[in-house]
Order: sequence, then C-alpha cells, then structure tokens
Amino acid sequence: MALTAGFFYLFAALAVASAAMVILARNPVHAVLFLILAFFNAAGLFILLGAEFLAMILVVVYVGAVAVLFLFVVMMLDVDFAELKAGFIKNAPIGLIVGGIVMGELILLFVSGGFELGLAQQPGAPIAELGRDVSNTKQLGLVLYTRYVFFFQIAGLVLLVAMIGAIVLTLQHRKNVRRQSIAAQVARTPATGMAIVKVPPGGYVLPPTESNTKTETQG
Amino acid sequence: MTIGIGHYLTVAACLFTLGMLGIFLNRKNVIIILMSIELMLLAVNLNLVAFSYYLGDLVGQVFALFNLTVAAAEAAIGLAIVVVYYRNRGSIAVEDINMMKG
Repeated sequence: MALTAGFFYLFAALAVASAAMVILARNPVHAVLFLILAFFNAAGLFILLGAEFLAMILVVVYVGAVAVLFLFVVMMLDVDFAELKAGFIKNAPIGLIVGGIVMGELILLFVSGGFELGLAQQPGAPIAELGRDVSNTKQLGLVLYTRYVFFFQIAGLVLLVAMIGAIVLTLQHRKNVRRQSIAAQVARTPATGMAIVKVPPGGYVLPPTESNTKTETQG
Repeated sequence: MTIGIGHYLTVAACLFTLGMLGIFLNRKNVIIILMSIELMLLAVNLNLVAFSYYLGDLVGQVFALFNLTVAAAEAAIGLAIVVVYYRNRGSIAVEDINMMKG
C-alpha cells in the first residue's frame, strides 16, 4: 500500500511538474519533450488505476504518434518563437487569476466531499462481474466489441475523417511538376503517337513535336 | 495513507488548470495552445479512469478510449491547419488568423 502511494506521488508530481514545464518552456521542442514526459507519467497513473490497456495506448498513440507529430511540426516550421513569447508577462496576471479560481473551486469541491461516491446504481459494465483475474485488456474487449461496437465504429469513422481532412488540407499540387497522365497515355492512338517523315538523303529532320509541346506548356 | 479518488481528481484538476493557464500565457503560439489542449484532454481522461476504478465500472475506460481517438484526430487536423496556415502566411501568430474577418 505504501509502495502504491509512493508511486502515486512520484507520478503525480512528475506529471504536474512536466505539465508546468510544457507551458513555461522557452523552446517549443523542450515543451514537446516535457509533454511526452507528462504522458508517460499519466500512463503510470493509469497503471496504478488498473487500466493497463489505456496506459499502453497512451504511450503508443500519444507518445508514438501525436507527440512526435507535434515535434515534427515544430521542427518543420521555421518560426521565430522568441517573438511569439512576447505577450507572456502581459497575460500572466489574468491567467494566474482565472487559473487560480478554477483550481481553487475544483479542489474545494473534492475536499468538501461535494459528491457522494457510492457504487454506480446501474453500472454499464461492472468490473466485478467479470472478475479481477480477467485482464484489463480482455475486459475492455469484451464490452467494447459487444455493447459499444457502434461507438467503436463511429470512432473509426472519426479517425477516417481526420485522416482525409489532414491529407486534403496539406496536399498541394505544384504547377511545374510534370506528372504521368495515364488517361493521355491510354488514349494514344497510332495516328496521334506516330508521324511518318521523309528523311532526305544526306539530310536530317528535327522532331517538331518537342518544340510544340514546350510552347504549349509555357503558354 | 490510502490513495483515494480525491487524490487523482486533484492531480487531474492541476493538469487541467495548467492546460488552461497555458492557453492564457502562450496566446500567440498555436502549437503551444494545441499542446495545452492535449494536457486538458489528458486531465479529463485521468478523471474518467479514476472514476472507472473507484466505481467499479468499465464504461469510464471505454469512454476514455474514445476520448483518446477524438484527441488524436483533433491534433492531426489542428497541426494540418497550422502547416497550411504557415505555408500561406509564413507565421503562426494567432493574431494574424483573423484576416478573413469572418
């Protein structure tokens, strides 16, 4: 029990500290790295709560995909971040006031016992029914693919829309790149693709099509 | 010294407040704002999982899973918008985004 409490305080302190560093770091690359640290510590808290599957998903999806995507964008965009940091001090007082009020209210709510925490009246998927010896992943799978399969598919649809949206947003067609036109290739006939020229003896004939196509693309 | 749900909720409240504070402090930098939103979503997930554990109900974890899905989609779309915006304007300052005057 003491070990659990010790790990809880370790993970919680590190998570909060790295979250603070995310918003305070001058270099956004450091901010992303602190975000990764915060995710790792949150994954530790999830494991303490017996949600191993979500902890692993957090590490794989968040650290492996989302945080690396952030890192990618931060490094790809050549932005003067010192200039973006300019309003930091100016906005600090109102931010601290609002943040302090929100946190004070939330903690006051928890400390005062404003909510009664009993067992849920009608648990949707009680853990006790499945038994603690069934692994968390299996328990999640048992409810996710049966009772919540509709939501699962909606989640897949959300991801599909996000994927298509990201591709549509960032795909750019450059003007000067010559791409293969399959339709034009398939539509070629001997009449359009070949020309029979008479070469005079001892002379030569320059292909006329090259200059024609060049003037076409430039015009 | 048992760890109750209040402890977890307090940690989540701290994370949420820090995320909100990040939006206030870094008003100009869209990337930091997106990271702050990720922090807030993480706090929400922590709340859901904590309630799932202390209520003995797995639905909280299922919902946290969907929450992660939406958060990942949001990050992908947000960063794509940031990249497109940077391509057009050469900066990611939030104040310039109102150029459409919608």
